[in-house]
Amino acid sequence: MVSRRNKEQQKTNSISDYRSDFPILTREVYGQPLVYFDNGATTQKPRCVLETIQRFYNEINANIHRGVHKLSDESTLEYENAREVVRGFLNARKSSEIIFTSGATASLNLVAFSFGEVFVSQGDEVLVTEMEHHSNIVPWQLLCERKGAKLKVLPFDENGELILDELPKLLTPKTRIVAVTHVSNTLGTVNPIAEIVRIAHSQNVPVLVDGAQGVKHGIVDVQQLDVDFYAFSGHKIYGPTGIGVLYGKEEWLDRMVPWQSGGDMIATVTFAKTTFNELPFKFEAGTANYIGAVGLVTALTYYSRIGIEAATSYEGELLQYAIERLSEIDGLTIYGNAREKAAIISFLLKDIHPYDTGMVLDKMGIAVRTGNHCTQPVIDHFGIDGTVRASLAFYNTFEEIDRLYDALVKIKAMFG
Amino acid sequence: MSVNDIQNAIIDEFSIFDNWMDRYQQLIEYGKELLPIDERKRTEQYLIQGCQSKVWLDAELRDGKIYFTADSDAIITKGIVALLIKVLSGRTPDEILNAELYFIDKIGLKENLSPTRSNGLLAMVKQMRMYALAFKTKLEQAG
Repeated sequence: MVSRRNKEQQKTNSISDYRSDFPILTREVYGQPLVYFDNGATTQKPRCVLETIQRFYNEINANIHRGVHKLSDESTLEYENAREVVRGFLNARKSSEIIFTSGATASLNLVAFSFGEVFVSQGDEVLVTEMEHHSNIVPWQLLCERKGAKLKVLPFDENGELILDELPKLLTPKTRIVAVTHVSNTLGTVNPIAEIVRIAHSQNVPVLVDGAQGVKHGIVDVQQLDVDFYAFSGHKIYGPTGIGVLYGKEEWLDRMVPWQSGGDMIATVTFAKTTFNELPFKFEAGTANYIGAVGLVTALTYYSRIGIEAATSYEGELLQYAIERLSEIDGLTIYGNAREKAAIISFLLKDIHPYDTGMVLDKMGIAVRTGNHCTQPVIDHFGIDGTVRASLAFYNTFEEIDRLYDALVKIKAMFG
Repeated sequence: MSVNDIQNAIIDEFSIFDNWMDRYQQLIEYGKELLPIDERKRTEQYLIQGCQSKVWLDAELRDGKIYFTADSDAIITKGIVALLIKVLSGRTPDEILNAELYFIDKIGLKENLSPTRSNGLLAMVKQMRMYALAFKTKLEQAG
């Protein structure tokens, strides 16, 4: 076992070397070095992101788009530059197609409301999939209730792969939008987005992609994928919390109504009528999280410099190793065996309750998530109450997976 | 034995363990020994919904004392449920309402009874007190 690990480590040593950029990863919990396997919930932040945020508050901070003074100019420039960096990161055509939000959930709600108000009416249909996070189910459910529309669901199979053959059958002349996750936060499944878009577009149905987990898994090129909307959160890709992105094709965004209203998103206001600002400001009411945006692009730049494909490929090796090792434990079941799978492993250890496993892992210094992961339909699909989820990032190591293995063997004996 | 006598006895019992693993092992034993709640009561009506683990709780009044039966789907939660029952079952409503539960903290299981852990235990303690209050009112009206 040791030799195999060492061989694999040599091959990819350069990636996990970046681990030292993350100050929190040196801390201990309960007297043991922290093993952080809850990256699906949030990722840790590299020093450069922390320094950017501090520098901004120390040197530049001023509200954007309003000021007549030097600091406000600099602040606005940095914010709009951040938008341009995100545009480049996603390869969007125009920076006005990039809207800053508070996170993926806000981005999804924005589309469900602003798109839904204009394009969804009574009797229409919205298609989601069985593996969506609640954030990509509930806003559509609320829309359907509001409009008298119908929510339809594309199912997945026993491996956790969407049953694509069903997709053409579920698309009807009444389907207004398809909302699908890029990567399942519970099963790790990487969905064939380009293929889904091709099928949906052949019926003139736009596609929204929840990229909360997907954005850090390989390079996302929204033009190549031809998605109509792509949503993600900053904090799941090494950036700060409270900042997120919605990419939308201009042709859709232009025709959508504003979601929240207030400062910055208006052109003129009288008590008789308000006219709205142009894209992207139409969708950015109130003081934007400009420091979050600047922190986010520092993270995106950092991640790009490491090499997104190199990081993803290293995470794939970690995943493979974790699957191999965990499968050595008799009675351990892994949920989600898609052919294309991101570094997320959901499992149960015999009949031990996931909360019990998670609590003891915590005591051993290993942070995982337990429960339904905000995907109750996924958990119900397998007829279980929840899983233990280890979600990995490029700063994790093969030794940490060995620690998980050792811990699980102990836990199995403890509860046996 | 008073509520505090039992709490102190539990603290004594756990004090012989010098590491968390043995303490948890002991909890697991408690969890295993707790008689499961009547299958008919493992229903929504008796359920205290935690996000992470479920707890079922029922109470009945006999001769002025409250007897609790409870269960959980997670064994560590169940172990703590068993301890709470050991301390609070067979008590008068006033004893339950006046009880200050310090043993959880003292045996190093504080994080299990914290509002940040949505495991149903804190809600269970609240529910036990609610039963005590309800039965107290009932007794006073009858008396």
